[in-house]
Amino acid sequence: MINDKVSQKIVDIIQNFARKHSLWVLAYGTGCGAIEIPPTMTSRYDAERLGVRGAATPRQADVLLITGYLTTKTLKRVIRVYEQMQDPKYVIGFGSCTINGGMYYDSYNTIKALDRYLPVDVYINGCMPRPEAVLEGFAKLQELIQAGKADGARKYKENLDWYRANQKEVIPVWRMPEYNW
Amino acid sequence: MEAILQYLWGAVVSFVLAFSVGITYMGLNRKVTARVQNRIGPPWYQNFLDVVKLYSKKTSIHHGTMHHLGPAFLMVSSVLSLLVIPILNGDRFFPNLTFQGDLIFLLYIMTFGPLGMALGAGQTGNPNSAIGVTRGLAQMAGFEIPWVMALVALMIQYKTTSIIDIMNVQVESGKWIMFTSPFAFLAAIMAMFGMFRYSPFDIVGAPSELASGPMSENGGKYLFTMMSSGSVFAFAKLTLYVDLFMGGANNLIELVVKTFLLYMIPVLYGVVNPRYRTEQAVRWFWGWPSFFGLLALIHASIS
Repeated sequence: MINDKVSQKIVDIIQNFARKHSLWVLAYGTGCGAIEIPPTMTSRYDAERLGVRGAATPRQADVLLITGYLTTKTLKRVIRVYEQMQDPKYVIGFGSCTINGGMYYDSYNTIKALDRYLPVDVYINGCMPRPEAVLEGFAKLQELIQAGKADGARKYKENLDWYRANQKEVIPVWRMPEYNW
Repeated sequence: MEAILQYLWGAVVSFVLAFSVGITYMGLNRKVTARVQNRIGPPWYQNFLDVVKLYSKKTSIHHGTMHHLGPAFLMVSSVLSLLVIPILNGDRFFPNLTFQGDLIFLLYIMTFGPLGMALGAGQTGNPNSAIGVTRGLAQMAGFEIPWVMALVALMIQYKTTSIIDIMNVQVESGKWIMFTSPFAFLAAIMAMFGMFRYSPFDIVGAPSELASGPMSENGGKYLFTMMSSGSVFAFAKLTLYVDLFMGGANNLIELVVKTFLLYMIPVLYGVVNPRYRTEQAVRWFWGWPSFFGLLALIHASIS
């Protein structure tokens, strides 16, 4: 609708400001890290004052929070969930397990680097990361959104073949639609 | 011609007013809930940010035509009920549609939106939506009874079906209907708990139990439409209560104060109560609220 660059810039600033301050999180409690989410949301650390709020379904969510290790079985569900989310969407990898496998580095049925399967915008390291670290991660994500650099979803679309090949490597029985958004 | 322009202008202005006031009220609701839970809570303008963000999200969901139309039905119902309800006494600045019998029309149009939404939710095929819809209709069957009883009591007592006439009765006698027919007021207030769907009657959305129920397949712009229609509808309902029971309002500040006080009743009742099950909620509405509705009818017919 708006084509000239100046007004697009203004619209972008307003939209990014709103996106930054209204992050609806789908906390996909795959691993043990999910236990750090309740203290982050409740009265001690109160993430809602930053606009971070839980979303009920992938359709409503902006941020997919992968809390901890992902087995190859849950990876399939996570991919399904991620592709159902609406643009713009962000992924936060939570805990050491999403970075390099953590204490499951030699496990036969967990994935080691989440980045090979889904585009991760922010990593929060630690085993477990405490709520302070989680809030720090959200603050980092907010910075990236304001600067317009949190473009994991675009990367995923552009490199879909590469991500798909990696995903199919670990998911032998691929019974889902090729792309579901 | 000028009259038509004035009506259109009034419609636009009252919509903008209802939208901004309703969204602010919802933000204040989140703030109040947070303070009760010993949190700081989001700023009061948080819901404006949410609305802008939801609108700026791309939406590519397709489940069928009714799914697209569901939120639109909600919006139509909210805006229609807003346009029928007179906002201020004397109706000088917001000339909304008023006619003899608009109270009956309102009773119909207020249930129209949720029914359209139910059709839309049914087409998504999400099991959570289906459960949410059945719960919502059960709850509606609960609170509609005391609500209709209260309104019919007013209609019998003041021998009119026009909201403007009921407002004029209060202006002329100087007494609020809240005090002259207290049972109708009690029944209506208790029915309001069900209309606002805050805890303990949040069985339709039921966060963490039903995954937000009927709206579970709706993200982005659909959710934007639902949030804005919800805020417009909240303002319309509160204004209706002020018009019917609290003598209307002479200016906007009085209206905001009165509606805010009314709005705090379900909010404060909600933050200290856990969620009812569906049959408990229906039984609650068919208990004391319906009893007060019956008393109101008796009171209206003998007075």
